Amino acid sequence: MEILIAILIGVLFSVATYLILTKSLFRVVLGTVLLSHGAHLLILTMGGLGGKSAPLLGEEAANYTDPLPQALILTAIVISFGMTALLLVMTYRTYKVHQTDDLDQLRGRSDE
Amino acid sequence: MSNFLTLPILLPMFIGTILIFLAKKHRIQRVIAGISSIALLIVAIYLAYAVYQSPDQIITLEVGDWSAPFGIVLVADMFATMMVILSSIVGAVCLFFAFKTIHSDREKFYFYPFYFYLLTGVNGAFLTGDIFNLFVFFEVMLISSYVLIVHGGTGYQLRESFKYVVMNMVASAFFLVALAYLYATTGTLNMAHLGERVAELGQEGILNGVAIIFLFVFGAKGALFPLYFWLPKSYYGPPAAISALFGGLLTKVGIYAIIRTFTLIFVHNPSFTHTIILYLAAGTMFFGVLGAVSQFDFKRILSFHIISQVGYMAMGLGVFSPLAIAGAIYYIAHHIIVKSALFLFAGATEKITGTTDLKKMGGLLKTHPWLGWLFFISAMSLAGIPPLSGFFSKFALILSAVQEQEYFIVAVALIVGVLTLFSMMKIFMYAFWREPTIKEEDINKKEMFGLLRPIIPLVVLTIGLGFLAEPIFTYSLGVADQILDPTNYIQAVLGK
Repeated sequence: MEILIAILIGVLFSVATYLILTKSLFRVVLGTVLLSHGAHLLILTMGGLGGKSAPLLGEEAANYTDPLPQALILTAIVISFGMTALLLVMTYRTYKVHQTDDLDQLRGRSDE
Repeated sequence: MSNFLTLPILLPMFIGTILIFLAKKHRIQRVIAGISSIALLIVAIYLAYAVYQSPDQIITLEVGDWSAPFGIVLVADMFATMMVILSSIVGAVCLFFAFKTIHSDREKFYFYPFYFYLLTGVNGAFLTGDIFNLFVFFEVMLISSYVLIVHGGTGYQLRESFKYVVMNMVASAFFLVALAYLYATTGTLNMAHLGERVAELGQEGILNGVAIIFLFVFGAKGALFPLYFWLPKSYYGPPAAISALFGGLLTKVGIYAIIRTFTLIFVHNPSFTHTIILYLAAGTMFFGVLGAVSQFDFKRILSFHIISQVGYMAMGLGVFSPLAIAGAIYYIAHHIIVKSALFLFAGATEKITGTTDLKKMGGLLKTHPWLGWLFFISAMSLAGIPPLSGFFSKFALILSAVQEQEYFIVAVALIVGVLTLFSMMKIFMYAFWREPTIKEEDINKKEMFGLLRPIIPLVVLTIGLGFLAEPIFTYSLGVADQILDPTNYIQAVLGK
């Protein structure tokens, strides 16, 4: 299971890298979204997958799943959700002001 | 008593939230913001005093009474409290400068709330003792900085801020990756506990890899070579008060995080990690200053100088001796104060001349002598002319590098020092010498003193840091001893 998820994370990271390096603003945003998904999955995998028991069952429990990675991911997902919303607004505003979403044309002039 | 530790974080958060409700009434906003920024400074100074007086010179707080390795701890040692004082000073000064320069339309669109949220994030990043909590406070700081850097929404700001935001989001994703690896290797996220575990683990190869990912993350946020390319253009866009706050503080939070993690956690193999930091420092210094030399714009030159000076701080960590760390800490204090002052001077000259292009201004020394000479003092301090603060910090850094026989970095640091002086003189000659471009009757003395008043405390501080070099250096050495001996920190947090 871990191997499979590791491959999935690798795919997510490489797709994200490709998207971030493209010229369209919106694709760059999608790239950062996928990158954060990859990072979140990585945290989950690093805590160990396939736990058959609940995170916490009291002090006497025979076995339990580590709850910390899940708590970390919840925090990280909320943060990346907010960031993505902000970035989308910025992308839209940039498009409105400059009338283009091509990063090549958003390079800036030398006289500024 | 130790609940007091939360105040530098809670106070700006609380004020920021109140200010949201008063968004359309900018006079009341100004009064509340001004008073609370002073209050924050007093809190920061009191906290530093309390920490200095405490027996171990360290105060910890287990938030919500969850005991140490499991819950989040806040840790105030001498380094953290010093940084909190500096952030409050710069925060207050830039705020008062913003009163004079920010357009009232911007004030109505939540400028002050985000300003205080930014300070929340910065102070939180300094005070936390948990590495995931550090990530959270970084994000609090960054999301406020994203808003402030596009605030006003001009075409230039939108275009350049997009690059800034994407760069930081990529770095944040890698922060999570690094945290995941670190948690998988050590099973803890408490920084003191990490320091302890890393020492007993003996997994050198994996830990080196994790350390390098952390270096990448903090290097991207702190503008280390070769990840500094986003900085000069994005800091050029926003109004001077915001550029000054960012230039003074934000990259230094990255540097603080590097120094904290590479003295407390990743000290398992300094000959590998700290050598890399040393070479990155050399690249940062050198290419940053070359960028500054090639520019003809007041704010751009200053932005490139941020990069080259971040290199000096990283150099202190790379050399890794008590004197070098003390020099780096002294340098951080000096840099935060002087760099903010210089950005504010750039803002003041922009307000007076209407441009930041050096070729279009001139003769300001004749028309605005106070502005000229105060700028001259700060510029000389940045270039490292005795008896100002820049000299003593650079001297300590270079002396320590000579003692450790790192002659390569000594040579780079000296060349960069000369080039810094050169580009500062370039600003002075172009903007303040030559024939005046402003007519006599256009000079508005009252406006100029209004602009200068917030900056004067910073200039006084840089002179003070220079003339009081001995006590301040003793303090820096104390800080260096404390962070180079993590057992003290670990004991204070884990209570063994």
